[in-house]
Amino acid sequence: MNQKDGENRQIPHLVIEAAQGWSPLELGDLWRYRELFLFLIWRDLKVRYRQTALGVVWAVLQPLGNMLILAILFGRLARLPSDGVPYPLFVFAGLLPWTFFANALGSAGGSLVGSTHLITKVYFPRMIIPAAAVLAGLVDLLISLLVMGGLMAWYGAVPGRSLALLPVLILLTTITALGVGMWLAAMQVKYRDIRYVIPFLTQFWMFATPVIYPASLVPEHLRHLYFINPMSGLIEAWRVALLGEVKGGQFDWTSLGTSAVVATVLLIHSAYTFRRMERHFADLV
Amino acid sequence: MNQSLAKSPFAIRVEGVSKRYRLGERLTINPTLRDRLVELTGRLQRRGRQVEAEPLWALSGIDFEIQPGEVVGIIGRNGAGKSTLLKVLSRITAPTEGRIEIYGRVGSLLEVGTGFHPELSGRENIFLNGSILGMSRREIAEKFDEIVAFAELERFIDTPVKRYSSGMYIRLAFAVAAHLEPEILLIDEVLAVGDAAFQKKCLGKMGEISRQGRTILFVSHNTAAMLNLCQRGILIDHGQVRADGPIEPVIQSYLRGLRVATPWDLRECREREGRGRVRFTRACFEDGNGNPLEQGVSGRPLVIALDYEAEDGQPLPNCRASVAFYDGLGQTLFNCSSELVRRDPLDLPPRGTLRCRIPALPLSQNQYVLTLFLEVNRQVEDWILNGIELDVVDGDFYGTGRLYPDGWRGKGVLVPHDWSIPSGDDDDD
Repeated sequence: MNQKDGENRQIPHLVIEAAQGWSPLELGDLWRYRELFLFLIWRDLKVRYRQTALGVVWAVLQPLGNMLILAILFGRLARLPSDGVPYPLFVFAGLLPWTFFANALGSAGGSLVGSTHLITKVYFPRMIIPAAAVLAGLVDLLISLLVMGGLMAWYGAVPGRSLALLPVLILLTTITALGVGMWLAAMQVKYRDIRYVIPFLTQFWMFATPVIYPASLVPEHLRHLYFINPMSGLIEAWRVALLGEVKGGQFDWTSLGTSAVVATVLLIHSAYTFRRMERHFADLV
Repeated sequence: MNQSLAKSPFAIRVEGVSKRYRLGERLTINPTLRDRLVELTGRLQRRGRQVEAEPLWALSGIDFEIQPGEVVGIIGRNGAGKSTLLKVLSRITAPTEGRIEIYGRVGSLLEVGTGFHPELSGRENIFLNGSILGMSRREIAEKFDEIVAFAELERFIDTPVKRYSSGMYIRLAFAVAAHLEPEILLIDEVLAVGDAAFQKKCLGKMGEISRQGRTILFVSHNTAAMLNLCQRGILIDHGQVRADGPIEPVIQSYLRGLRVATPWDLRECREREGRGRVRFTRACFEDGNGNPLEQGVSGRPLVIALDYEAEDGQPLPNCRASVAFYDGLGQTLFNCSSELVRRDPLDLPPRGTLRCRIPALPLSQNQYVLTLFLEVNRQVEDWILNGIELDVVDGDFYGTGRLYPDGWRGKGVLVPHDWSIPSGDDDDD
């Protein structure tokens, strides 16, 4: 069995050198470790759904519960406008991507510190740890999408052609979550206090994003500033994609484009920052 | 086989490798909430003017070259830089200076069971752990049955590993590790853990791997296992290569290096009781030949040399001296007292050195604490509680190369013993 290996495999040649400053992303290295990446996602999911008594039900209950509270507080009591869509539908459409994003920041943020035993014992591109934490959340997102379908059926809302854009939106939301999550993960290795900052950050960020209120509430002259937040354009677009027919709205291509650009820049920046800090993870964690 | 391996000029070449840690980088292990608040405010104040902490060079200027197929043992005392070297070689941490070139796939085994998850079954953990150690899914699937058989866990393979006994857990972890087949294998101390029968199996497996022309780098304190397995040794001390060559002389110079005196000055010691007209003034360890020792070695002679001095310069009649051994948790292990081994009390000159000699140190690798006691004429003169520490490294106490039985993980006192077996005609009873 070894002979087979010996015959058709080139001996890999590796050079390790002291490095300072920025280093290349080594995407090839990431590709070589794709199996471990998938295994880590698989482990996260398996463990999460095996450990809890209710398992998958949590993925349904969490956004549904949030939606109920928000619908009562802001829909009934505060009577926030919702662009002519029933408020529960409106808020749930925003909560879908938001819950995914917020959970991703939490789990990715703590992922490196929680993987000390791996980081100090074995080599692999460290990026796959926060990335696996973010991507594992996609399963929850898909489950909540099913709930959204049920909710829309209940309200008699039928999605239109705009739904076709949903995969793109999921991709862009994931990119944003990866960008911020990876950066937070690397920072948390160096500054453990980041762990206490993340809940504040997500809460503050949620209010700066049209999750519980429509972006139309934001004064016109502040809009361009408002849409620098990549989640703003994204969540508005999620609503149009899911509820376009009901809402009768159009995609705001400018804000969605801004989101796409900001999210990509964010991801590239944090990937390089991550690579730069990665060298010291094993010494710090 | 492995023609391609033969073509590479070397397996590993290390040139001028240094690794610097900033002191304090590894200090916060489990900070409490309060520590964190203090840390937070401290951090806020410090921000902007980063204080350059004092650097610690864990490795400085390491050079060596390893040929394909060599089995090399890396030895050195704790903190010498051995583990850092393996971490740098396995790309876990980056060197501060220097360059390393490696031909071949590297598998590093710095701990068995890395990434094991208690909630997952044995089967699932084999795949996860194998993948973490760098095996492809196909490779794991191919070797799966072999791994399970090696671990002898066929019946429990679908049980979550949290229900495994520690022996089963380690067997499974070893089994995965033993089936790793990279060209270069870096191993840190894994054989020091538990289960001797299984260790033997693993040693056998490692021998088999090295016969296939693979390169092994092996870090351990266990000099017996090293003599067994390695042809070449590299001795590391204070982050530098001190010796490099055939394994035996390297191990000898390592053991010689342990003989550095750490005399304790007991004059200033405050943790003591007794009248104090006679005091212990200095304590140190020696080997059987009177050379100072820094660490004890199981099975080897250990002499505890105690200097004492009487305040008034008068001779000391009717004395009793003792050294009591405690483990790191403060449990009493045994007491070496002059009254147990000498029929008559000691009559001592006003000053001098008492020597307590233990012919074969019956302790396994650990840290121990010693309490010193001196009584003159039924009056306690000096009693130093937990006065000195003894660092012990594993040695060949039983002359068999083994210190712990199969499945036994406790460390502590070693007792010389013997077993007799029934002779042929007793069998019928």
